[in-house]
Amino acid sequence: MLRRLLSTLIMLPLALSADLALAQEAPDALVKRVAEDVLTTIRSDKDLQAGNQAKVKQLIETKLAPNFDFARMTALAVGRNWRNANPEQQQQLTDQFRTLLVRTYSGALTSYRDNTMDYKPLRMNAGDAEVIVRTEVRRPGQAPVQIDYNMTKTPEGWKAYDVVVAGVSLVTNYRDEFSDIVRTSGIDGLIKALDTKNKGPAPPPPSPK
Amino acid sequence: MKSLNRTIAPALALCAVVLAGCAAAPSKVDPLEPWNRTMYSVHTAVDDAVIKPVAKTYVQVWPEPIRTAVSNFFGNIDDIFTGINDALQGDGNRAGDAFGRVLLNSTFGLAGIFDLASMMGITKDHNDFGLTFGKWGAPDGAYLFIPLFGPTTVRDGTGAVVRIYFSPTGYISDIAVRNSLWGLNYLDTRAQLLQSEGVLDTASIDRYRFLRNAYLRARRYQLYNGKPPPEPEEE
Repeated sequence: MLRRLLSTLIMLPLALSADLALAQEAPDALVKRVAEDVLTTIRSDKDLQAGNQAKVKQLIETKLAPNFDFARMTALAVGRNWRNANPEQQQQLTDQFRTLLVRTYSGALTSYRDNTMDYKPLRMNAGDAEVIVRTEVRRPGQAPVQIDYNMTKTPEGWKAYDVVVAGVSLVTNYRDEFSDIVRTSGIDGLIKALDTKNKGPAPPPPSPK
Repeated sequence: MKSLNRTIAPALALCAVVLAGCAAAPSKVDPLEPWNRTMYSVHTAVDDAVIKPVAKTYVQVWPEPIRTAVSNFFGNIDDIFTGINDALQGDGNRAGDAFGRVLLNSTFGLAGIFDLASMMGITKDHNDFGLTFGKWGAPDGAYLFIPLFGPTTVRDGTGAVVRIYFSPTGYISDIAVRNSLWGLNYLDTRAQLLQSEGVLDTASIDRYRFLRNAYLRARRYQLYNGKPPPEPEEE
């Protein structure tokens, strides 16, 4: 009994340090680990390449989604109207926006198979709670695309709250769209519009490459 | 662009102070929105009925290596125009890279069907007449949606016309060959969009608006070489 306890205890620091290392994983290292993990998974899994939506969704939920701060993303995308939303509306907005983003990624993920990523050196000062991790996606025969991840430090480690693709910020692009809807039909109108969108036809299967 | 901002900025400031609510005024970025939306629905109808099915068939019929060769061939011509515009903007380094790519790919890359330059680490870049005019100080002008062409602005559209005017395809005297090449170029471009347009469908609540805003931001980013000044805060 004691031996078992001790042998467990002896593992504890190791487990803890692993946890700590993960929690304190530098933001650029995090982006690189997750991106390479996802790309490797796509390249090695025929079901994913064929666009098996259940598997794609599972990959996104387990590997990608935990690294995003959806509440913050939603707050930024809704903009100044966020403060006028009550906590319940805020929760609904966050859930709907999360669903929308996951669905969008599901439709696109398998087309990243031929991509390779380049990671730019991180500019960060000790104690920074927000950083931008810059990457460049290379696709055969096409000009590289800059993708920047705006990251924030949370108790659970670094999380992305905006993705800027070739100068187009996901959050800002949605802010234009959302503020128009809120102006004409209010916060509940936006929740309803998102809900309708999310209940609409599933993302079309990716076209053959 | 810069001069446009300089003209409009005081007017906007005044507007904000005096009226404190000209947010409902017609969109500054898209003064022709009703017209553009009509054009957009015309485009969608024709594209859904004809162009997209043809592009899908093209992808199904021709194997990937052949389609890549086609893309590379036209991409090589794009590189010529990228180089020309790099030069017009006085960017010798980028022009050198672009023309170096053309030289390599046109010769050892067999008239451009292999992108050897990329394999050797000279990455592909993009530049066009719209950006050149912008760097020379031309304002964007109104946003336009042109059926079968896509999102553009008065300035970028003018750039596209200049590009078509100087296109090497235009110098081919055999009309059948010229038209086939032109058609293939169009089909290749359309086929490349098949993969990404699904994202637009799923991501956007209003496809027209989402595309417009993304287009204008992406162009602004290119105009400032990836370092655009912060956008004015909303309202």
